[in-house]
Amino acid sequence: MSVHKPNPHDSALLHVSGRAQYTDDVPLPGDALHLAFGLSPKAAGRITRLDLEAVRTAPGVVDVLTADDLPHANDVSPSPSPEPLLATGEVHYIGQPVFLVAATSHLAARKAARLATIEIEETTPHLTIDAALQANRLLEPVLTYERGDPDPEIAAAPHRLSGAMEIGGQEHFYLEGQAAFALPGDDGGVTVHASTQHPSEIQHKVAAAVGLPYAMVHSVVRRMGGGFGGKESQGNALAVASAVVALKHRRAAKMRYDRDDDFTITGKRHEFRIGYEVGFDDSGRIKGIAFTQYCRCGWSADLSLPVADRAMLHADNAYYLPTVRITSHRVLTNTQSNTAFRGFGGPQGLLGIERVMDHIAHALDADPFEVRRANHYRDMGPTAQEPDPGSPRAHGDAPDAQILTSRGAARATPPPDALPDTDPDAQLTPYGMPVIDCVINALTDELARRSDYKARRAAIEAANAESPVLKRGIALTPVKFGISFTLTHLNQAGALVHVYSDGSIHLNHGGTEMGQGLNTKVAQVAASVFAQPLSAVRITATDTGKVPNTSATAASSGSDLNGMACKAACETIRSRLVAFAAEHWQAQPSQIAFTEEGVRIGAETVPFAELIAKAYMHRVQLSATGFYATPKITWDRVKGRGRPFFYFAYGAAVSEVSIDTLTGEYRIERADILHDVGQSLNPALDIGQVEGGYVQGAGWLTTEELVWNDAGALTTHAPSTYKIPATSDRPRIFNVALWDGANTEATIHKSKAVGEPPLMLGTSVLMALSHAVAQCGDGSLYPALDAPATPERILRAVDAQRGRPW
Amino acid sequence: MTLAFLLNGETVRLSGVHPTTTLLDWLREQRRLTGTKEGCNEGDCGACTVTVSALEGDTLVHRALNACILFLPQLHGKAVRTVEGIAAPDGTLHPVQDAMVTHHGSQCGFCTPGVVMSLYTAHRDGRQDFDDVLAGNLCRCTGYAPILRAANAAAGIPTPSWEQDETAALQELAGDEDVFLDGGFLPGTLDSLAAWYADNPDATLVSGATDVGLWVTKALRDTTPVAFLHRLREHQTILQDDSGLTVGGGVTLSRLRAAMAARHPDFAELIRRYGSVQVRNAATVGGNIANGSPIGDSPPALIALGATLTLRKGAARRSLPLEDFFLEYGKQDRQPGEFVESIHIPAQPDRLRCHKLSKRFDQDISAVCGCFNITVEDGKVSDARIAFGGMAGTPKRATTVEAALLGKPWTEATVRAAMPAFATDYQPLSDMRASADYRLRAAENMLLRCFHEDHGARTRLVGRGAA
Repeated sequence: MSVHKPNPHDSALLHVSGRAQYTDDVPLPGDALHLAFGLSPKAAGRITRLDLEAVRTAPGVVDVLTADDLPHANDVSPSPSPEPLLATGEVHYIGQPVFLVAATSHLAARKAARLATIEIEETTPHLTIDAALQANRLLEPVLTYERGDPDPEIAAAPHRLSGAMEIGGQEHFYLEGQAAFALPGDDGGVTVHASTQHPSEIQHKVAAAVGLPYAMVHSVVRRMGGGFGGKESQGNALAVASAVVALKHRRAAKMRYDRDDDFTITGKRHEFRIGYEVGFDDSGRIKGIAFTQYCRCGWSADLSLPVADRAMLHADNAYYLPTVRITSHRVLTNTQSNTAFRGFGGPQGLLGIERVMDHIAHALDADPFEVRRANHYRDMGPTAQEPDPGSPRAHGDAPDAQILTSRGAARATPPPDALPDTDPDAQLTPYGMPVIDCVINALTDELARRSDYKARRAAIEAANAESPVLKRGIALTPVKFGISFTLTHLNQAGALVHVYSDGSIHLNHGGTEMGQGLNTKVAQVAASVFAQPLSAVRITATDTGKVPNTSATAASSGSDLNGMACKAACETIRSRLVAFAAEHWQAQPSQIAFTEEGVRIGAETVPFAELIAKAYMHRVQLSATGFYATPKITWDRVKGRGRPFFYFAYGAAVSEVSIDTLTGEYRIERADILHDVGQSLNPALDIGQVEGGYVQGAGWLTTEELVWNDAGALTTHAPSTYKIPATSDRPRIFNVALWDGANTEATIHKSKAVGEPPLMLGTSVLMALSHAVAQCGDGSLYPALDAPATPERILRAVDAQRGRPW
Repeated sequence: MTLAFLLNGETVRLSGVHPTTTLLDWLREQRRLTGTKEGCNEGDCGACTVTVSALEGDTLVHRALNACILFLPQLHGKAVRTVEGIAAPDGTLHPVQDAMVTHHGSQCGFCTPGVVMSLYTAHRDGRQDFDDVLAGNLCRCTGYAPILRAANAAAGIPTPSWEQDETAALQELAGDEDVFLDGGFLPGTLDSLAAWYADNPDATLVSGATDVGLWVTKALRDTTPVAFLHRLREHQTILQDDSGLTVGGGVTLSRLRAAMAARHPDFAELIRRYGSVQVRNAATVGGNIANGSPIGDSPPALIALGATLTLRKGAARRSLPLEDFFLEYGKQDRQPGEFVESIHIPAQPDRLRCHKLSKRFDQDISAVCGCFNITVEDGKVSDARIAFGGMAGTPKRATTVEAALLGKPWTEATVRAAMPAFATDYQPLSDMRASADYRLRAAENMLLRCFHEDHGARTRLVGRGAA
């Protein structure tokens, strides 16, 4: 079986040798045109004059297009509300594409795009959540999910708190910027190669823009240099622009954003403000809670509606909230239209309740982990199993890393129930879905044990008393993340598998490869069905001509959906082979087995290639499609009721930080993670997702600060000013292990999705910083850190603790 | 005239190239070597990292550099190696490539060629300070842990048998003669440069191109005519005598760091956090001074050390205290045709303390950079030279703070009494890096840190004395 093995990424050899081709690396005909957008210099207003003469006459320029020059739809929106490719009179943010330049080189196009005279009659831009709220600029009416009535419970509770937290956005900073090119076909159709998570949407948007049926548009993506949600919808503009120009000029046309343009034009993770009122008992157990979420959508819908929904759906994280109300305001501002980003609103919603837990613990002078523990859903999921001997399911730097290489909860003892059994709703989420696969108590207890959390916390507090300048903090935070697209119909996938007459296998599916190793995992599934080595499976580019009507590779769903579709296709072929072999060799189907030594047919073992060759000669169909639709899910997003998720993925992290109380700088001294991936399809790739997700989440909450100036221009528009984690920002000691109890649901080989959930492990860094800051005071003032907790925010909070506010 | 260099071991001769064509564009567009990636086009992400080897005397020196802000003329007489050029002819992977596969060091793979080339360069040099080696290679997927595993695994493996020594080929390749390009000039000697620049005072001087590179790739400016200073050996010397150290304007930050390690270790640590390996291998002291940035990191340290700048125009030279060179934001005391020839650092006992503050520790531009050279004799402050970057339109001394300390006992009370004087010396700006309030508070606290450190407290998260 090639599943559950730590195979390297299928392209690793190509990556390290520089041979892996990305969109901009594909050779194009020498007369290809290169495109660039001219951008709005103002955040809001009406274009009164657009003088493009200097652009048209610039060296190398072949064509300049405005909205009026577009032949068909001027729309690149992923949602029902249109978003123009090129501005139509009004501009809505600084960086909005206004016109399109086609030139003989990338540099010529970039240079020409700066030569326009754009005069704009400005209106007052609404740049912040407050400004937009004042003007009542909402994407849709306020949405509320509620279970029970929290108000009387809060009022009657022994303790009450309220507060609000600002949560900054996040730039994706995929290392490969947005890119696409289009090749005109001889039949009037067009082929588009794009760095996209959603080739079908590219197909649809291009088709509408050039007036063709979907069948005439062919969309292909081999790999992306990172996506993280930033290539779910934000690549539409480049693909559409390339296709329009390619068909108009009958030449190849390519567009890629310079990094500064990429920052300036494309959407980011949604900024949030989350207000809360909570009532709780002496042990910190919540009686009632009301959240108010304000979600900064930017100027248009894009994917904001489901992002804001998912924030509401993760307002509980791993905690049972007996009475709860979540109110969501989707606010429109004159900034980039915010979009999907790993977690899709979930991280922001989760951060709200984690903040509340931290705040409650501070108010009670309790260990935050104890407060979290008191509020957890009860465990109902399976206990984990013994690991395969020698299975490399953990990576660690600590001296005791050897201990951590054992699997999950092998030594975990069943936890005492955190909640009284008298409450029949104690496993219900705020949207009424029972949490039947919960393992968070066993998982966090095991992590606390492995990381020596309690002893370290005590030691840190003792040492802090002796250290006037440097202070340490530690926190353990859990993650529970819902797996499925909340737009139920998206939970489907297709695959196409060919077995050629020499026995080699060609695999295609609807998912896209952005680094997560999806193709490797799906190939492992295919190889397992035929008991063939992984090398027998040829992975091919995602292609709307092979698998149609695909969903975006998003919502962590890639391997769940496409793995199952692939398995179905392979099993169709395998059952044909079994039927053929039974007849040809006069055996019972039950006597036929696919093994690594070959296909056992009764007493005989036939090499796979020989069986295939014989099957071909006997006219057996060796190609099949497979399809999968996630079962059991139903969701009414307006009522906020149903089962939006097939299952939940769990995890937890302990982070220890040091802060410098003279400047607010900090570093992560150690992180210990235990993360639930079900039965891992590939523990090496899964650990990679966990490590990378944690660091990306930590970056979001610490140094990654987006700053707009008063005019609405993004001033952090390049890596010189926008600081993602660098090598030395990773935890000094970094221990990651997988909790791989089987998924209770019938997922692909009982695995769980892993793309998004680990990002939220980074929450523990923010909470550890909160602990360290609180250690600077007398306990009377809650640090109330906003995110990102930049060094400046930390110093401000430290000085507030010390009575030197500024 | 032609440019001559080695590309993956093969000699390349080019004529008619525009002098500000970047190596990255040329590799990708002209040679179809697309393994070298464009991630940011400004030298901050490292996806375009290549190895450039050059002879320094008889020694072959290897440097990781960012190809996106490296102009083709800067390669004249050097050897470039890209990610396509390090495996064996039969395809056997270099140990760092092999380790990156084995340890799952690539996910999306886009930063990988740059990571591989940084590790390859370190492997050739036997360097194992991987946090530094990789500080200029951003990865968004892995969280770096598997890359570090790969780096450590490869470190123990010997240089592969197929590794070429480019020494002989480089000795044949290029001499010291002046080279004229259309729009560009590569002087072979300092005298040639001085004479030419006096005649062409509007020209752009390029040493490492870590700043001018962005004028081309981001501002899309025509910077011609351009003179390239990297071949001027007399401009790259570090001379020591009784009076101190005279550092040529063309000395890279990497070499300055090495020269400071024993003399002023805090300055060396400050330089360690200046850009990345790739940037420090290109950027020069002269460039860092001449561009007049208020946030350049070497000027505050040099001012605190009492450094003197020597400017040259034609055959004429003049010297001035470095602090007097910076007149106001964007304006320096530099006449047309004048260039930074050298900087003199007076010999002195090491008392220098440098505190760099940025959002991210490595490879980030300073929000505040404070450098303190405080002498305490008999318990009293007998001398104080304090200079800051990021606090004003230029690198600037904190003269009021200095005055508040001078002659006073070196006590916490003195320090706290002096701290408000920063607000007299500086009225910093608020920008995307920091607010004015934060800059002032942090500057005050840096003085406090000097005091705490003198009294044995642990105060640093990174670098010298870190926990």
